[in-house]
Amino acid sequence: MASLLAFLLFAGLAVVCALVALFHRSVVHSAFALLGTLLGVADLFLQLGADYLAMTQVLIYVGGILVLILFGLMLTPPDRRELRPARIFLGLAVTGAGALLFLTRMDSGAWKAAPLQELPDLANQASPTAEPIGLAFLERDSWLLAFEFASVILLAALVGAVFIARRRFRVDDEGA
Amino acid sequence: MDVPPLRTAVTILVGFGAMMSLAAGMTLVERRLSAFIQERYGPNRVGPFGLLQPLADLIKFVFKEELLPAGANPVLFKLAPALAAIPAMLTFAAIPFGFYDGRPIVVADMEIGVLYILAIGSLGVYGIILGGWASNNKYSLLGGLRASAQMVSYELSLVLSLVAVLAVTGDMNLSRIVLAQDSLWNVFTQPLACLVFLVTMFAETNRHPFDFAECEPELVGGFHTEYSGMRFALFFLGEYIAMVVMAALMAVLFFGGCDVPFLAIADTPWWAGALAMLAKTGFFLVLYVWVRWTLPRFRYDQLMWLGWRVLLPLSLLNLAVTGAWLALSGPAGPGGAH
Repeated sequence: MASLLAFLLFAGLAVVCALVALFHRSVVHSAFALLGTLLGVADLFLQLGADYLAMTQVLIYVGGILVLILFGLMLTPPDRRELRPARIFLGLAVTGAGALLFLTRMDSGAWKAAPLQELPDLANQASPTAEPIGLAFLERDSWLLAFEFASVILLAALVGAVFIARRRFRVDDEGA
Repeated sequence: MDVPPLRTAVTILVGFGAMMSLAAGMTLVERRLSAFIQERYGPNRVGPFGLLQPLADLIKFVFKEELLPAGANPVLFKLAPALAAIPAMLTFAAIPFGFYDGRPIVVADMEIGVLYILAIGSLGVYGIILGGWASNNKYSLLGGLRASAQMVSYELSLVLSLVAVLAVTGDMNLSRIVLAQDSLWNVFTQPLACLVFLVTMFAETNRHPFDFAECEPELVGGFHTEYSGMRFALFFLGEYIAMVVMAALMAVLFFGGCDVPFLAIADTPWWAGALAMLAKTGFFLVLYVWVRWTLPRFRYDQLMWLGWRVLLPLSLLNLAVTGAWLALSGPAGPGGAH
């Protein structure tokens, strides 16, 4: 019962905040509403017993990406070109395609939603998930290739950030 | 691991009390120590040696008028102080203060304690950004903007420096990280990570010399310019609790936590361990104050320079060296648990 209440509370938070993020006129409000959505999803992960995933979600999406979005928003002047019909049409087309894909796949196989009353109380019987996730990443025939691929990309991004920071400062020094 | 509910209740009560007393005590220590550094007296009238000053401050904050600036967003403006203070309080739950009866003295002994503190601790910046934005004041907005830029620049180095420590220990549970340092503290195996963590811990808590979000000569008070009374006090409390947590994390990750030097953790009485942990935390708390009243503040471009050009390459290098060392020392090394 308690887990059902918690599920409804946080799923509701995620959905309501997502709607605010979509329909609010102020982009800063939308970004702050996204905070509620991401935290709500993190809590759903927790209730499914995925502690590592929940914390990673908070650390990366809430602590990193959303801060970056807010930083970008505060530095960006309003762009009237966003309202041109071609842009709106493109946005609708991409969203529609995504929604169509999701809706056609939702009822099949792994996507099938569980009925509400069967919701198990996973949070209290969960075992730690960090170790199995780590082992699955490093096993030869599971996710090793994807893991190594992603880590190389991220490392390249980090080295690139350092490189850009160094190069820009050198140009500044010469200009001074 | 089943912990008796009574023990959990006592730990929560004592932990909350300790957290609040440490944060309140820190405000007094900060004022007295800054006065000592500047050859003043500081607050010494309320109670013996001014010890009751935090209580007097609290009474003052509660009775002060709460102002709402014209044009400010009322909901977000009131939400921001809570959003700054609550994450800081939540992170304290994962700090182990010693071992009693073979079990760690901690509110929540999580398998992913390090990740939990990093994740929840990173929420604190939203209070600052939100407060800065909702105040409808250009100085506040600039303060919030700076906080977000600083967070993005320094969080990366902080996490990367910790990854090296986790690789050496092979664990993310904070009390087992303490146990792993029984013979040798991490500061000796990971000196570079310790240095990077030391610098980023000042930046993470928005403390001098990284206090650009509230830098008074340029921004009046930065994000909290428009706040008064208890709402301002909540921002203040959040900052001090975050300092306590970061100082405690430093002690746990690099200085053996409750480990008394030259004594095995299993042989140490629990109170001695807890005292050692408190002493180490206290040292880094005093260091916060010491640095604040000794060093000048950075310029903003210097802050970005330090974050991206010095700390990030240093922590990447440290991680690479640590990885190579662990790979060469083979599966019998400290990280080779499997």
